[in-house]
Amino acid sequence: MIRVVLPAHLKTLINVSREVELDVVGVVTQRSVVDALEIRYPALLGTIRDPVTKKRRAFVRFFACEEDLSHEDADAPLPQSVVDGKEPFFVIGAMAGG
Amino acid sequence: MSGVRVLVGTRKGAFILRSDGKRKNWDVSGPFFGGWEMYHLKGSPVDSNRIYAAQSTSWFGQLIQRSNDGGVTWEPVGNQFNYDGVPGTHQWYDGTPHPWEFARVWHLEPSLTDPDKVLAGVEDAALFQTTNGGESWSELSGLREQKSGSSWQPGAGGMCLHTIIVSPENPERIFVAISAAGAFRTDDGGTTWRPINKGLHSEGIPDGDAEVGHCVHHIAMHPAKPDTLFMQKHWDVMRSDNAGESWFEISGNLPTDFGFAIDVHAHEPETVFVVPIKSDSEHYPLDGQLRVYRNRGGGDEWEPLTKGLPQSDCYVNVLRDAMSVDSLDSCGVYFGTTGGQVYASMNGGDSWEAIVRDLPAVLSVEVQTLA
Repeated sequence: MIRVVLPAHLKTLINVSREVELDVVGVVTQRSVVDALEIRYPALLGTIRDPVTKKRRAFVRFFACEEDLSHEDADAPLPQSVVDGKEPFFVIGAMAGG
Repeated sequence: MSGVRVLVGTRKGAFILRSDGKRKNWDVSGPFFGGWEMYHLKGSPVDSNRIYAAQSTSWFGQLIQRSNDGGVTWEPVGNQFNYDGVPGTHQWYDGTPHPWEFARVWHLEPSLTDPDKVLAGVEDAALFQTTNGGESWSELSGLREQKSGSSWQPGAGGMCLHTIIVSPENPERIFVAISAAGAFRTDDGGTTWRPINKGLHSEGIPDGDAEVGHCVHHIAMHPAKPDTLFMQKHWDVMRSDNAGESWFEISGNLPTDFGFAIDVHAHEPETVFVVPIKSDSEHYPLDGQLRVYRNRGGGDEWEPLTKGLPQSDCYVNVLRDAMSVDSLDSCGVYFGTTGGQVYASMNGGDSWEAIVRDLPAVLSVEVQTLA
């Protein structure tokens, strides 16, 4: 079971208040996690990555295990502790001031 | 009993103001979609409970929300705005070719006859439509692909299609306006388009009388006179009496003819309202005095309307989609400011009051007159 923590605006959008738990088939990667997320919550389509190119949106980041994985290959396996459900996969809205 | 619903889009969420036909007391609900930029909300003319809303942020992109109960509850619908085919390029600020890139929806225009049909004006400038209540969107690409499209260039606010008007006499005729390309018209339901900018003169482009390149800010039409259009351009207030074939200036005695919003009285097709703004770099009223100007004959004569509006130290802006009218017997006129007030006049502009204040910056105001 993969645990995913979403930013507040996206939790509101899909009416969840806590982290989301997902079954991910096959290798657990950024792409497969977001794929599973979008299948379960279609309202998230286009909010995390471009719906056509599948490229991560510029102001969205992916963190796990205290590492910024945003620039890792989307098909690279995620850390084992994420796969095991010990650590969550974070989808983050980039910080902005003002 | 009749009533009014005012749909307010702001920089940080949407608000809905409701009143009965007396328009004395207002119930404010919201924020809906708090923290998101709500560029525009608009209700279906044939089903007042059906409302569409354009919701976006730079972080999470574009969403479209739909309500079937007058804005009490909402559901996200389709948000994929994919340009038709290989979109090609338009001009970038430096004159180089730049690929068409979707940024956001600026304006939603529900059909006059079908609550499931909506047109959407987007940045980078293009027109999309849905025929299934927003579940999916397809581009009317004839607009972007007509011969001038590759020469369009963004203004400082982006290259946005912000105005959509469907002729109530002929649904095949649609007017749109794009910053900074100008006004365009189709007479075949959106298949083919042509520029309608003859008579416009703009100092900010190399050829001031060019066929395209004008920064049109907004256009308004009275449904009883669909060939008469009123335009607030970057500078100049313009009028056309032949469906945009040609335009002439009616700025007349306005203290400044820069501005964004323009609208027409619900019962007087020759009565027009604008909010003059000092200049293209000073986006606030002249002399700190917020004044609506009313033109009762559609010509050069404008009168300032000040009663109830701040007449000192007021430095807000009124954006292009932030003015609307109701169609009750005594026409209500409404506008929102970047300072978060929504002002209303229940007597066609003679006097004004703030029906809500201290909202986030107002991006759009639309009014529904309820039976």
